[in-house]
Amino acid sequence: MKKRILSVILSATVLVTSAAALTGCGSSDESNSEKVTITNVSYDPTRELYAAYNEIFAEHWKEKTGQEVEVTQSHGGSGKQALEVANGLEADVVTLALEYDVKAVQDAGLIEDGWISEFDKDSAPYTSTIVFLVRKGNPKEIKDWDDLTKEGVGVITPNPKTSGGARWNYLAAWAYADKLYNGDETKIKEFIKKLYENVLVLDSGARGATTTFVENGQGDVLVAWENEAFLSIQDYPDDYEIITPSISILAQPSVAVVDSVVDKRGTRDVATEYLSYLYTDEAQRIAGDNYYRPSNEEILKEYSDTFNLDINLVTIKDFGGWDEAQATHFADGGVFDQIYEEK
Amino acid sequence: MRKKANKRVIPFFGLSMGVTLTILSLVVLIPLASLVIFTAQMSWSDIVATITRDRVIASFEVSFLTSFIASAINAVMGVVLAWVLVRYDFPFKRLLDGMIELPFALPTAVAGIALTSLTANTGLIGSFFDKFGIQIAYTRVGITVALVFIGIPFVVRTVQPVLEKLDSTYEEAAGVLGASRIKIFWKIIFPEIRPAVFTGFGLAFGRCLGEYGSVVFIAGNKPYETEITPLIIMSELQEYDYSSATAIALVMLLAAFLILFGVNIIQARNTKILKGG
Repeated sequence: MKKRILSVILSATVLVTSAAALTGCGSSDESNSEKVTITNVSYDPTRELYAAYNEIFAEHWKEKTGQEVEVTQSHGGSGKQALEVANGLEADVVTLALEYDVKAVQDAGLIEDGWISEFDKDSAPYTSTIVFLVRKGNPKEIKDWDDLTKEGVGVITPNPKTSGGARWNYLAAWAYADKLYNGDETKIKEFIKKLYENVLVLDSGARGATTTFVENGQGDVLVAWENEAFLSIQDYPDDYEIITPSISILAQPSVAVVDSVVDKRGTRDVATEYLSYLYTDEAQRIAGDNYYRPSNEEILKEYSDTFNLDINLVTIKDFGGWDEAQATHFADGGVFDQIYEEK
Repeated sequence: MRKKANKRVIPFFGLSMGVTLTILSLVVLIPLASLVIFTAQMSWSDIVATITRDRVIASFEVSFLTSFIASAINAVMGVVLAWVLVRYDFPFKRLLDGMIELPFALPTAVAGIALTSLTANTGLIGSFFDKFGIQIAYTRVGITVALVFIGIPFVVRTVQPVLEKLDSTYEEAAGVLGASRIKIFWKIIFPEIRPAVFTGFGLAFGRCLGEYGSVVFIAGNKPYETEITPLIIMSELQEYDYSSATAIALVMLLAAFLILFGVNIIQARNTKILKGG
């Protein structure tokens, strides 16, 4: 019997050590080489933006230091991406959909406190807002948020609990109702509840919702990020139009250097430069070309033909910041859960 | 114990058992243990409160119901498919045989998006059913359709080899003795393939319960109506609430285990009866 146990333990040890040896081979030091690679973990709808930006950044870095830089991109749902970085996916920089997701990486001990003021404008080099995408000719005459609560209007918006981006949608609707009812919370909740009762499909992510509305023809209005709405218009110019509501929210996708990773890999300089270069005129125009609102006011004005600049925008600060908004609205048992309690 | 062990005829029991335990621990037990550890961070009353929330209970209902129906459909259709593939010869049989595995190979998200655009009321199939007022995509029917797609290979591939090995002389004998075709199927063929059908059903059912990628696209994800448990778990993770997520997952796992265990017991009983025990 003893022998048997011994052989069990022995074979277990062999397997475990060989597995450890295999994973150990993966890491190697990459600093001081001719070519540097950094990883930018981002969310879904920034694919085209960063594809263009990485090219001009590579040119800029080469000019400045003579070093080649290669940026590896990773895209996915913002919350999922944050989770992966927090669990050890090696990202030099994160460029996510909202501050709350970057905070999750911070809470994992990877980003130092104070990252929000490391770059200008709350570390949000480009912004967006929430608009409506409707079918051509606007058959249901959707003009503003209250039209979404009317009977017979089918609304498509992703689930704010699974999609970081969709939290902005929800908060924008809340901001409208807040003004309409002068802060009467019961009435605001009633409004939001009515709105979500009109939601036909509650997709898990923003791209999924766009597919449901555009490809599968569900619903009358898609509540979407402005940049996503413009991309749909670009693909199908004859089928859709964008409606800007009277009130919306300033969606600020946050960027941050992942401190523990850049310190380990020796890439702090290039990673910091990568993010601060986003604020240059050239990069701001790339953001504008990809339908994100440049945070530089001057450049933003160049795009006044594209964007409706008269829109009244609230910010997350009006909700007391992300921690508070999260706790009140999206946590288990929060307002969003309450409006879905059994009718 | 020593005496008993020495009686083993086949050598290398110790080594092979060691490898088995190691692999089982690395691949199955350790991840499962971490599930329990994460859940254990909650107090007992918190766990109960989490898993008995109305929405969670409703999602259990959606998940178990659709998975069960889909697996039952697969159990029937899978036998028919296997039967055709084994017993008949027709052009492109090999090709058809190979296609059975496609649901395995296809990324589930692709399957989900493709099925949704087909079955939405504007899609090729969906528009036909829409005329009769039947909605497929964004309902529980849609979820079941996706799960049937995901689960079909399990049944076909477990039943097929058994059918292939079935000795046709029994059927011939029964035929000569005057049994009808239906009787031959129920009395001769079905008892032989029944364990395989049960196994296939169990595999498909287990897979369906955990399926996330394809279902989220077709489900519509409306709370209480078409929200599956894996989606609830995902939204807990999105909130970085690991312990709630693992608590719900644990309940699901436990329920699935009990159901599969039940299926196994029934099957073992059947085999015993079959062998005259």
